[in-house]
Amino acid sequence: MIYLDNSATTRPYPEVVESYAKAAQQFFGNPSSVHKPGIQAEQLLRQARKQISSLLGVKPGELIFTSGGTEGNNTAIKGIAYTYRSRGKHIITTSIEHPSVTNVCEQLKKDGFDITYLPVDEHGRVKISDIKQAIRDDTILVSIMHVNNEVGTIQPIEEIGQLLQNYPKIFFHVDQVQGVTKVPLDYYQANVDLATISAHKFHGLKGTGVLFVREGIRFDPLLSGGGQENNFRSGTENTAGIVAMAKALRLAMEASERKIKRMKEIQNYFFTELKKIPEVRVNTPLSFCAPHIINFSVPGFKTEVLITALSERGVYVSTTSACSVQRNEPSKTLLAMGLSEDLASSSVRISLSFENTLEEAQTAMQSIRECIDELNRVMKG
Amino acid sequence: MLYDHILVRYGEISTKGKNRGDFIECLRTNTAYVLRDFKKIKIQAKHDRMYIQLNGEDWRKIAQPLKKVFGIQSFSPVVKVKKDIEAIKESARALLAEMEPTGKTFKVNARRSDKSFPYTSNELNQNLGEYLLQEFPGLRVDLHDPDIELLLEVRNDFVYLTSEVIDGAHGLPVGSGGKAMLMLSGGIDSPVAGYLAMKRGLLLEAVHFASPPFTSEQAKQKVIDLGKILAEVSGQFTIHFVPFTKIQQLIQEKVPQSYTMTITRRMMLRITDEIRKKREGLAIVTGESLGQVASQTLESMFTINEVTNTPIIRPLVTMDKLDIIAIAEKIGTLPISNRPFEDCCTIFTPQRPATKPRRDKANQYEAGIDFAPLIAEAVAGVETMTLKAGQLSEDPDIAGLL
Repeated sequence: MIYLDNSATTRPYPEVVESYAKAAQQFFGNPSSVHKPGIQAEQLLRQARKQISSLLGVKPGELIFTSGGTEGNNTAIKGIAYTYRSRGKHIITTSIEHPSVTNVCEQLKKDGFDITYLPVDEHGRVKISDIKQAIRDDTILVSIMHVNNEVGTIQPIEEIGQLLQNYPKIFFHVDQVQGVTKVPLDYYQANVDLATISAHKFHGLKGTGVLFVREGIRFDPLLSGGGQENNFRSGTENTAGIVAMAKALRLAMEASERKIKRMKEIQNYFFTELKKIPEVRVNTPLSFCAPHIINFSVPGFKTEVLITALSERGVYVSTTSACSVQRNEPSKTLLAMGLSEDLASSSVRISLSFENTLEEAQTAMQSIRECIDELNRVMKG
Repeated sequence: MLYDHILVRYGEISTKGKNRGDFIECLRTNTAYVLRDFKKIKIQAKHDRMYIQLNGEDWRKIAQPLKKVFGIQSFSPVVKVKKDIEAIKESARALLAEMEPTGKTFKVNARRSDKSFPYTSNELNQNLGEYLLQEFPGLRVDLHDPDIELLLEVRNDFVYLTSEVIDGAHGLPVGSGGKAMLMLSGGIDSPVAGYLAMKRGLLLEAVHFASPPFTSEQAKQKVIDLGKILAEVSGQFTIHFVPFTKIQQLIQEKVPQSYTMTITRRMMLRITDEIRKKREGLAIVTGESLGQVASQTLESMFTINEVTNTPIIRPLVTMDKLDIIAIAEKIGTLPISNRPFEDCCTIFTPQRPATKPRRDKANQYEAGIDFAPLIAEAVAGVETMTLKAGQLSEDPDIAGLL
């Protein structure tokens, strides 16, 4: 099988699953307990936190462990919005965010918040000037994704952070779920206040993630209870899951420089080969794109048909994002980039992991060509 | 990024006369140790400045640990240029171009330690200022509060250009002032006292008294974690754990309640002094602050101090609690100290300790008890642990999982 849907989720590294199993069995104590098993679990948790923070280049106290991207985004946006609503009720985001940002904003609208959805250019990037224009006296939060999950465009996070330095009352949240390990981002240098990441996108396990909250920022928690995670997120810590995440992040980051290079080679191969097919339009921009996503459309074809055909050949890709495929809607991101409904409804996303090889890419390309030929015959006949 | 070096300005070292060479060498060693993860850099310590050659490393990442090194007044990322006015102009232009100069104000601030350089500082300021104004039409001069201050250091070998000066940790290089023992309890004060003593150049080893099962593993872990933070300052940090249960039990048994605290402290000081002799230290550092608790009244200090004539350094002696807490917060020890585990000072606290203990009474109470063999036993049973900066874990079980 050739698995090319790594932006939906990745296969966990075997070492990560091994660590999980060991930690779950040997360090099962509640980290808040004061007896030996509790203390051991707490120590392990502390080490894992330290490792993750040093890999991300931040302080251990700036990490909140969550259940993943959706919780991270919800905690950050709702937390800031409700805690600072007396300062203002305006939030700026983009029209191409993941649903765990967009739908949170829609929910906030019902509570009287005003949301500005910024447009993007034909490459899928927001313009700094648009952000500047959208900022008002009552703006309290700017939430912008680092790497778009559908087409792979990298947003100008550093420049946005620089701009927002002139507005000390505005918090800056970055959904970094697709970017982490693949596109370096220094939170401090980019003046990021909050950042969401999720472990199962870098070969960790589902149900674990991190919300970075810059030192000194406080907001009300989404989950109240025993006061874990510095009262930002109550609930008994998922020690084994967090340990697995620490390991996955280390393994992914240790190799990232070399592996990103290989990823780019594979991505370029796909770009080159896909462009040779007359029916195909490549949607991922060639500049400002993350190394792991290749989005293309085959107008006239229903995406599901192509995906099913590829799946029968053991090649697994997806339409736009895993979260929206069920609804069979045109890609929100592609529409925002100005593509026609036809192109936006016929897009396919290939997403790579550090594990994919050029040979796999070659086989996948062969299958794509075959499928398009076959479907062409059927449609014409 | 144009910056190719970090230029480090020495602090008080500059005034240390004949010992200067030793101080500089000590600072160089400490700096090299703290920056050991940056494999590409090269450190050159000269008479009046230290230069860190970046060789492609990101200076911002180096700045973080460098800010914590004692003995550094300030430092700057710099461009090294040969002493030629055209080369200087070109580098200044390139440096400014990176700072999006349009609409900003600037000034040039040249300093000349090489007086044979054909331009005076003022001539350099004017020359460069005029040139840069021509090159960047959107740039304006502001001599009072400029957005960009271009600093030039003309030294004997090269000229160094920068626009940033970062404040260092000041103080003296750790280890340049000899070795002392720090009595480290796990509370808020003693790590701060240790930090301040290190700032004055002392190399410290900590002594911690543990009374299991009355004190827990977590209390010990707390001390280890504090040690790790102090290790970030000095590269490594040694802690001696003293088994103290038997002595404490004996004191509880034989000494009247009101004097148990005083006698306990005297025993701790005696044992610390024994360890100091073995480790060849010359002083004992404590976190005592005058009047804070019963053991820290002037009378208490007078009576406790009787057992040794080794210098006792009390960096916090006149400080207010809130000021101590502020330092603990700054250096990162506060959250660790705040973990709620009993240590051997809190566990046997008497209801009414004598706040004005007397030497004669203390001696009288001690006279009937043979502490000598127990002190020898405690010193012999010391467990010594050396922590290294950046060390993730001593526990191989944990390390394997991560």
